[in-house]
Amino acid sequence: MTAKKIQLSIDKLIDDRRTRIIVCCGSGGVGKTTIAAAIGLRAAERGRHVVVLTVDPARRLAQSMGLTVLDNTPRLVPGVKTASAEGSADGSEPDPPGSMHAMMLDMKRTFDEIVEAHADPDRAAQILANPFYQSLSSSFAGTQEYMAMEKLGQLRRADEWDLIVVDTPPSRSALDFLDAPQRLGRFLDGRLLRLLVAPAKLGGRTGLRVLNAGFGMVTGVITKIIGSQVLRDVQTFVSAMDTMFGGFRERAEYTYRLLRTPGTAFLVIAAPEHDTLREASYFVERLERDGMPLAGLVLNRIHSSSAARLSAARSLAAVETLQGLPESDSSTLAITALRLHAERMRQSAAERRLAERFTAAHPLVPVARIPAQPEDVHDLDGLRLIGTAFGD
Amino acid sequence: MHVSVRDTDWAGVRLHVVTGKGGTGKTTVAAALALALASNGKPVLLMEVEGRQGIAQLFDVPPLPYEERRVAVAPADDGRPGGDVFALAVDPQSALIEYLEMFYNMRQAGRALTRLGVVDFATTIAPGLADVLLTGKAAEAARRKANGSPVYGAVVMDAPPTGRVSRFLNVSSEISGLAKVGPIRNHADTVQKVIRSGQTAVHFVTLLEEMPVQETLDGIAELKDVATGGIHAGGIMVNMVRRTWDDLGGDGDSDRHERELKVALKAVGLGEDANLAADLAGELADEARTERTQSARRRSLDAAGQPCYELPLITDGIDLAALYRLAKALREQGAA
Repeated sequence: MTAKKIQLSIDKLIDDRRTRIIVCCGSGGVGKTTIAAAIGLRAAERGRHVVVLTVDPARRLAQSMGLTVLDNTPRLVPGVKTASAEGSADGSEPDPPGSMHAMMLDMKRTFDEIVEAHADPDRAAQILANPFYQSLSSSFAGTQEYMAMEKLGQLRRADEWDLIVVDTPPSRSALDFLDAPQRLGRFLDGRLLRLLVAPAKLGGRTGLRVLNAGFGMVTGVITKIIGSQVLRDVQTFVSAMDTMFGGFRERAEYTYRLLRTPGTAFLVIAAPEHDTLREASYFVERLERDGMPLAGLVLNRIHSSSAARLSAARSLAAVETLQGLPESDSSTLAITALRLHAERMRQSAAERRLAERFTAAHPLVPVARIPAQPEDVHDLDGLRLIGTAFGD
Repeated sequence: MHVSVRDTDWAGVRLHVVTGKGGTGKTTVAAALALALASNGKPVLLMEVEGRQGIAQLFDVPPLPYEERRVAVAPADDGRPGGDVFALAVDPQSALIEYLEMFYNMRQAGRALTRLGVVDFATTIAPGLADVLLTGKAAEAARRKANGSPVYGAVVMDAPPTGRVSRFLNVSSEISGLAKVGPIRNHADTVQKVIRSGQTAVHFVTLLEEMPVQETLDGIAELKDVATGGIHAGGIMVNMVRRTWDDLGGDGDSDRHERELKVALKAVGLGEDANLAADLAGELADEARTERTQSARRRSLDAAGQPCYELPLITDGIDLAALYRLAKALREQGAA
């Protein structure tokens, strides 16, 4: 085994019809959403029917995909060039035209829809009005991750698209995406939660009398801490949800299983920086441990130079020479240009070292490199430009 | 530039809350601020509330327990020795147990409840409760006294990200669904008094990138909003700032640049490479575009009306020396 890096071709991944789900994960601020959108567009323009599920896109990026409202519904992205419109260069059969939909996740609405789908109207209304449910569905740690997974499951079941690209929530840690649904599921399914709802049931069995007495103490303390109203809300919520809990767990497990199938590809997105690469390493290890299909690392915002043949050292030497010349022969512009170039070369070398460190630790993980863009993406052309790096 | 202690922008502030979008280096800046403040000679407490052990990683020490531990000493300033920086990782569970112990003297019970999962449960079903406990701990440390004088010169909190910070600090309304009377209510009210006083300031860490700038502006607007009113927005800390160039040749006449570069390159013996001048002119144009975008972002940050501080990009990873450098930059600009 050599430590030489393996290239990741995102184009190959999206051209492979067996790829049905691409999950983009990584720590915050690395351009996950942009990469997810660029993959979606590229795949659509190569003939696939794509839906991109984004969680928290930058305003202009959302606009670039024609998304103006957060309405939890996939919308057709206008302006996507279909493959057949361009014709095929190599004379083979042109691909059938693709399409791209995009949507922004509304976690509360997604949660509401699950409730509405699983309970009769009266009971659903009761749950939706419950204060505890309202805080659970809008601000609970992990709900966003859970709902992103849920939405992914729904999109997959709908079977209207042959490729789903998911942008994971901006969790404080990239790993939350995998853990949160189960954590929340465990909580909703929890023994303590059930005990709280039906303490009376326990009294009937003699062996549990002691526990019941202890339980009184427990509810006492909880009431003291959080107040009796909250406890009552929780109890009403749990009894109203009781029949749905099994369903919740099943759904979470369905999505988790879905993620482990070969049709899914995880892409870990990172920028060439210490912290995000360290996070990427954790994530890669975690995916491997869980048996999740990791396609590779996408190293986003790589700096390079079209004048890489001029080294930093030679560039700075030229600056010195220029400074030694009489003013009439020198050039401030050239001095700036050469210094700027030297700095670019140094930055690019530093980024390469960081990338090499990652590859040394994970020699079998393929890596794709995406150049830094001088400006934010604000239209489809910007996304297309990013996509041009997917083939290498 | 030398700035004396009395000239700092946040002289009356005892609790510095540091927030920022994920990926902006919030923990790093919080640590640098703690070091900068400790340069005044008094000990400073740096605390984190999200269970990430980011401080331990940053200072390269083992994971922090629920205990205030010394992690660094600030550099001397003005011939005065620097103060110690203590660190604390607060989690809601430990804070609740400490709280139960303080008010009910129920240390043992608290432990038993933890084993039963009750503490976890209580802090889970009432998200506002965890926030009260975490902010409460910060307020307590900021006001703690020994022999009549404050134990800490300042407390710096590495707070939740911008999107969640006003909810996190706005404990009063969060807790309104919880106990209407009783110790937690009183506790929440006391915490609110500290958070909403001039003793507390919320600083925003950002990068000169679209999303972080937008979130910073939104976050400041949210704090200034009536609903959350009374919480003081602090400084804007622009992190990972790259150097700017004095002369990128003005607005992009690339052809003229290319011609000038061609002549100069020839003069230094690099004339052989026919495309070099064009490539370098391209880099100049790229850089000019980046700088233009960034100065537009600086202007929009300035318009928020809060003091802005700039921290240089450090490419080789953050170690103690780098933190000292950032702390120095903060002091020179009057943040501490």
